[in-house]
Amino acid sequence: MSAGPILEVEDLRVHFRIGGGMFGRGDRILKAVDGVSFRLGAGETLGLVGESGCGKSTLGRAVLRLLPLAKGRVLWLGQDLGALDTEALRRQRRSMQIVFQDPLAALNPRMTAGEIIAEPLRTFEPEQGAAATRERVKAMMGKVGLLPQQINRYPHEFSGGQCQRIGIARAMITRPKLIVCDEPVSALDVSIQAQIVNLLMELQAEYGLALIFISHNLAIVRHVSHRIMVLYLGRVAELATREQLYRNPRHPYTQALISAVPLPDPDLERGRRRLVLKGDLPSPLDPPSGCAFRTRCPKATAICARETPPLLPIAAGHEVACHHWNE
Amino acid sequence: MTEAALRATPTTEFEGRSLWADARRRFARNRAAMASLVIVLLVTVACILAPWISPHPYDAVDWDRMLAPPDWQAGYYFGTDANGRDLFVRTLYGGQVSLSIAAVATLVSLAIGVIWGAVAGFVGGRIDAAMMRIVDILYALPFVFFVILLTVIFTRNFLLMYVAIGAVSWLDMARIVRGQTLSLKRKEFVEAAEAGGVSRFNILRRHIIPNTLGPVVIYMTLTIPQVILIESFVSFLGLGVQEPSASWGTMINEGANVMEIAPWALLYPATVLVATLIALNFVGDGLRDALDPKDR
Repeated sequence: MSAGPILEVEDLRVHFRIGGGMFGRGDRILKAVDGVSFRLGAGETLGLVGESGCGKSTLGRAVLRLLPLAKGRVLWLGQDLGALDTEALRRQRRSMQIVFQDPLAALNPRMTAGEIIAEPLRTFEPEQGAAATRERVKAMMGKVGLLPQQINRYPHEFSGGQCQRIGIARAMITRPKLIVCDEPVSALDVSIQAQIVNLLMELQAEYGLALIFISHNLAIVRHVSHRIMVLYLGRVAELATREQLYRNPRHPYTQALISAVPLPDPDLERGRRRLVLKGDLPSPLDPPSGCAFRTRCPKATAICARETPPLLPIAAGHEVACHHWNE
Repeated sequence: MTEAALRATPTTEFEGRSLWADARRRFARNRAAMASLVIVLLVTVACILAPWISPHPYDAVDWDRMLAPPDWQAGYYFGTDANGRDLFVRTLYGGQVSLSIAAVATLVSLAIGVIWGAVAGFVGGRIDAAMMRIVDILYALPFVFFVILLTVIFTRNFLLMYVAIGAVSWLDMARIVRGQTLSLKRKEFVEAAEAGGVSRFNILRRHIIPNTLGPVVIYMTLTIPQVILIESFVSFLGLGVQEPSASWGTMINEGANVMEIAPWALLYPATVLVATLIALNFVGDGLRDALDPKDR
């Protein structure tokens, strides 16, 4: 990993206005992401985990400026993306791309694979001729494990895994430095999941890509990530390196998540004790006071309802937001 | 073909089958729709070639034959009307008027309706609200009143029919396209295009509008019969096409007056109108089945 971070996120907040009554009366604010900060180095993978609705995808999109920020800054290579005008932001987009969850929905059904993959090239390098663009598209198709002669096929003629490869090829064609992977494998078969994850890791090794890998599959996140961030209701619960997080999870939520991962060995699986969380995720429209997790936390005490726990550094590269992390 | 066989021939590119090609194949297999398409094309071609098909001009009066029944020897295939004019050639001329009004409605609803709806849906917010309120206002104008108003202001002129029908025919289309756009702009491929730095104009042009065209084509084929009926209705009221020109509406009106003594004066134009409308509806149905096979 190189020295300086390529991406710095400071106190990022994304709020959605949920319409209540007519004419804006009774509008409520949904704090989807509420004060998240992190840094990402070149070639590094940050895993984002958490339950549905905890703000993982929103965070990923906000980093790419696909959503407006309520507060906070995103520094890309030291440059504040919020300070850029539309045109300058558009030019920055070639170095930061996204891969989506639903591979078929992410491809325009009326365009061929070649047109889809070529679109960022046409946008950023319109001076390239059609023939040169086509050659680069074919080369990229080979790189992601597609047959270059399928360039004229349409998305519905491909399988889900192949569609995801097209999505990856589209993200890779401009040689970006960062790709946000928004649950890139959760819609795929398990056998295909491994192929796609390994493809992403190969591309990362070859081009020094940084990845933000969003998933709720802890096994896959463990496989790909250097560092992992656990989100709960839009806030960081724990941020640590992979080894720290899996060996020594300090936040009760992280502990519960890790204990929920099934073990491949049935004997071990039968013998182990699970931390099962009570209840459901509270509504993000009306989060609990203090620590958002306290309503489901086995360790919750009076202080948890009063004070929001700050994100405390407890070891090098390990931060936890819990009053009782040491118990 | 197996993977190995594919790799063995790396130079040939496969042709993809687009959604349009799929739809064409499905449409071609639909016999009722294909037959209807042939009928519509025949009627259209006959109307365009009217002056060359019939020996009689559309406004020539034959003093010897008033309300004469069909006579194939003399070239009066549909008989004559109360003024001794050939009904066959008048039906074809009437078709020219009716079909050209349909064409105007189609073009206007395509040009204005699709762009208006797509822009409103895609831009959203206040601009969307303003654009759709304009549609609502135009919608609220009673159509016949609108035509009467235009006739009063600009005096009688059948071009006003085109203006009036053009003014209202794009409203439904704008609403349909706006609804489609609203759902499309949340799709991930639009977000992907945005992340890929594609400009808003190109997103609209490349990603949104092509994906709305299925419902647009279907709606278009269903608009045409509606517009032909409106024209017939307005002409029937005496506000549309004026003598000596004819449209299917005016001919049916005149035919209805002499129905008891010369039923052919009503029967032939009405048959052609009804056949065309039914055929157009079948074509529309066939297109709907071909373009979204899931909804059948």
